[in-house]
Formats: sequence, C-alpha cells, structure tokens
Amino acid sequence: MGAAKFWAVSFIVSLMILVVTRSQIENEYFFFAGYVVLQYVVLATAWNILGGYTGYTNFGTGAFFAVGAYSSVVLQKLSPLPVPAMILVAGLVSGIIGLGMGYLTLRLRGVFFAIATLAMAIVAQTLIVNWDFVGGARGIYIIRPEHAPLFGGYIQYLYSLMLLLAWFSVAIARSIERSRLGIGFNAIRDDEQAAEAAGVPTLRLKLIATTLSGALMGMAGAPLPYYVTYLDPASSFNLSYAVNSVAMPMIGGMTSWVGPIIGAVLLGTIQQVATVTIASELNLLIVGLLLIAFVIVAPNGIVGLVQARRRARGER
Amino acid sequence: MASSLKLSGIDAGYGAVRVLEDISLAVGAGETVVLLGTNGNGKSTLIKCVMGIVTPSAGSITADIDGERVDLVGRSTEEIVDLGISLVPEGRRLFPKLTVEENLLLGAFRSTARADIARNTELCYATFPTLRERRRQLAGSMSGGEQQMLALARALMSVPKILLIDEPSVGLAPVLVKRTIDKIRELKENHQLTVLMAEQNFNQAVRIADRGYVIVHGKIAFEGGSADELNNNELVRKYYLGL
Repeated sequence: MGAAKFWAVSFIVSLMILVVTRSQIENEYFFFAGYVVLQYVVLATAWNILGGYTGYTNFGTGAFFAVGAYSSVVLQKLSPLPVPAMILVAGLVSGIIGLGMGYLTLRLRGVFFAIATLAMAIVAQTLIVNWDFVGGARGIYIIRPEHAPLFGGYIQYLYSLMLLLAWFSVAIARSIERSRLGIGFNAIRDDEQAAEAAGVPTLRLKLIATTLSGALMGMAGAPLPYYVTYLDPASSFNLSYAVNSVAMPMIGGMTSWVGPIIGAVLLGTIQQVATVTIASELNLLIVGLLLIAFVIVAPNGIVGLVQARRRARGER
Repeated sequence: MASSLKLSGIDAGYGAVRVLEDISLAVGAGETVVLLGTNGNGKSTLIKCVMGIVTPSAGSITADIDGERVDLVGRSTEEIVDLGISLVPEGRRLFPKLTVEENLLLGAFRSTARADIARNTELCYATFPTLRERRRQLAGSMSGGEQQMLALARALMSVPKILLIDEPSVGLAPVLVKRTIDKIRELKENHQLTVLMAEQNFNQAVRIADRGYVIVHGKIAFEGGSADELNNNELVRKYYLGL
C-alpha cells in the first residue's frame, strides 16, 4: 500500500473506531482508560522512530511528554488556546528540545546515549520544580472549560483528540518505514560507520529522528493537564512513561509500525485493568514480568514471532 | 577521464595514540595500488583518513576527480562519497538485518547517485548474479564470500571513480579470496576505476597490483614500483614470506 493510501485508509479506520466507540459506549470510564492506552500508542510509536528504526535507546520519554504538558500549562496561563492548537505548540517545543538533545548527545552511542537521555529528563524536571510560574514542586490546578467544543463530555473530547493523534503518529511512522529515510535509519541501527561510508548523512538523519520522536512525545503530553486537571512534576516526569514506551515496542516488535500499537494496546490495557481490579502499584511489576517473558520467548516481539512463523510455513 | 589520489605528510591517530606518521603516497589514474602491512600498522586508519572518518592532524589529501582537484581533509564523509570516492570497509560491514536489495539502495543514498539507481542496481546484478537470486534475503544470512560481493556491489552503487578496499580477504576461505581479488580486477577494468587496496594477503594482492607500499608501524617502509619489486624486496620477504 502506498503512503498516501495508507494515510487515507488508516484515517477512515480511526474515524470508524471513533464513531463506534463514542456512539456505542455509555460508560465514561472507557474513555478515561482509552485515553491512556491511546496516549501510549503515541508514545510507543514516537519512541520507536528513534529506538526501533534508528537503534538509539531513549530513556527521556518522560521529559518530552512533561514538556508537552507544561507547554500547555504555560499557554493556559498566558492565553488559553483550543487544545488542538496547544498540541501543535507542544509538538513544536518538544521538537526543538529533541533537536537540541540530539545535537548534544548523538556523539554518544549505546548505553551512554541512554544514560544521557535519562540525565536530561532529570535536568528538565529540576527546572520545572524550580519554576514557580507553572506551580513548581507544588503542582498546578487546571480548570477545564465547562463544555467540550464538540458534542459530548470533555473526556470524550480528549479521547477523540488522542485517537486522531495516534492515527497521525502511526501514519508518520509507517511512511518513514517505507521510505528512503527509513532505510537510512535502519542502516544507522545496523552499522553506523558503514552507513556513513555508504554516504548516508548519519548526523542529519539522527537529528531528524530525535526531533520527530520528541515532537510526537510532546504532542502526546499536551492534553494531559486537562485530563488530570492537576499537574505536578513528580507524576508528569514519572519514570513509568519512559519504561512503558521502551517496553511496549519491545513487546510488540520494534521493526514495524504495528509493533508499538500491539505493545501499547496490550500492555496499556493490562495496566488499566490491573489499576482498577488490583492496584496501580502493580503496573511496573507487570511490565517487568512481561519483558522477561518476551526476552525469553519472543526476543523480536510479537511481530517478530509472527514473521518467524510465516517464514517457517513458507519454507515447508 | 580517470582519477587519482595523493596523500602527503599525513599524521593521524586516535586521541593520544599516534598511528600514522608522515605518510605520503600516490595512486595514479587507473592504477591499482596495494597497501601491505600486518595487523595494527595503520592501513585501515589511512583509508579512514581518505574517507574523512578519521581527521588527520597534519598533512594533505587531494584527489583529482575527472581533472578537477579537490582537497579532502576537513570534508565530511558524505561529501567525499559524493565526489566519487567509495569504500568497501574491512569486515564488509553490511547491514545484516536489511535485505540484499536494501543494502544496495543504501550504497546510492546520495542524491547524485540516486538518479541512476535502477540502471546501477541492474549493473550490480549483472556483475554478481548470485545477488539477484538473493535480493530478498537478509544480508546477514549469506555466506562470507557472498557478503564480500555485496559489499563490493554496494560500493559501486555510488558510481565511484576511486575505490578504496580495506582487507577484502578477511574471514574468507582461500578459494574465495582468489575469486574476490579476480572480481576486483574485473570491476576495475570494466569501470575504469582507480583502486587503493589494503591487504594482508600478500600473494593474492600482488597479483593485481601495479604498485605497492609496505607500511610498518605507521610509516611507509618500502615503496615498490612494480609487482616484481615487491616480490623481491627484503622487507616483504621478512614480514610476509618468513624468509
């Protein structure tokens, strides 16, 4: 399927999901939970552009996500815009931060890059904690507008936005995957020096990857203040965002755009169910156990498992 | 028109470690020059200097590409590839999880090379028929000899004038080494290439060499004006033939 066709088809599918869920489901909790799962689809897809395609492990997801959320807080205090506009601004801000982070850290490879991104998340959190304008360490209350701009409740509105954002990031990831840019990313992952010797402009490509990945993560964070209505650094910079956005593509499969969706929907749903039925503290334990299981049973994720099956059947 | 390469007074190293000291050498238009030396003497570093992967601390590297003189020091690797200089790296350095065809496409990543991508892919398949059969296969799943052929083909995709080959014999069975060296000669003749090849396998390398340099501890220890001169040299006999 060509890129344009995929954009169109996936958009129609997303719209259908939107219409069906919003017209058939009465229970408001579905939209609370669905929002979080979709948010993880965006985060995992964004992470996978840098982590899966290009091979650079980013542990700073929380930072990009929180920067997106706090850019909405700043805008809300200065001059409130509609949430979709705030998502765009957040994407711009975190994209610039992604570019800067890329410039500073992409000389580092492997585990050193991962440590640097973790450190960057801590620096960003420290800055926000000490910035009174956005509430500092105390956090800040955000009052939702009374009515959603479209019909239905506000949470349904946020859910719809997140669904569109998920469509957008998946379509971007899929277009990259099938393009020259994607092959370039893969070459960097397989052997960076050989890629360079083949004429791939590695630095520029890596900067494109960090910028895109950061921007999408920030966009996922932008509606967060309206979702939680109370935003504080400790929860918005939470390490679980980083851990989940690494774990989801790993479980789903990092070589294809389908992987992060499968991982996010699977892990996100399990976590939502566990939060309601047992306790949210269990979530990280679930991630850990699933990761161990997958490393043993399916090191290339669910997508890898399916591909191996197909290949085995084809050879018979 | 053919192209040539000239290095003079090159010093280079990694951090505090000095690897190359005052290296001067020239590869004339249409020549095949071999760089001989055992492990750790600086052959790969020298080739990386030409490609802009390692920046020399002193000296100059110039290339004559179709009559146009360009200074290579300070240029990025992509620019150097764009100029028409291409590298077959040591140990092949393929992209193991990409298919044969994707590996070839990556050889033509630069916009100048992209224009003729279909024709060049076809040319590579004609030169290496096994690659056509295996074009959907992952590069990492092929044998060492096939991988070396793919590495050569990938380097050709950018339509180079000057081809640098770093130890094509590494990890290959003797019969494949011979076949690889023959292939390099064939490519050189068909594409009017200028070739600089670093190699440890003296006997095989000298078969196709017009001239050669022996590099010992980062310095040029001997310059052989012909294959015969190399064959009969004391140093070569000492280092390679154990005589």
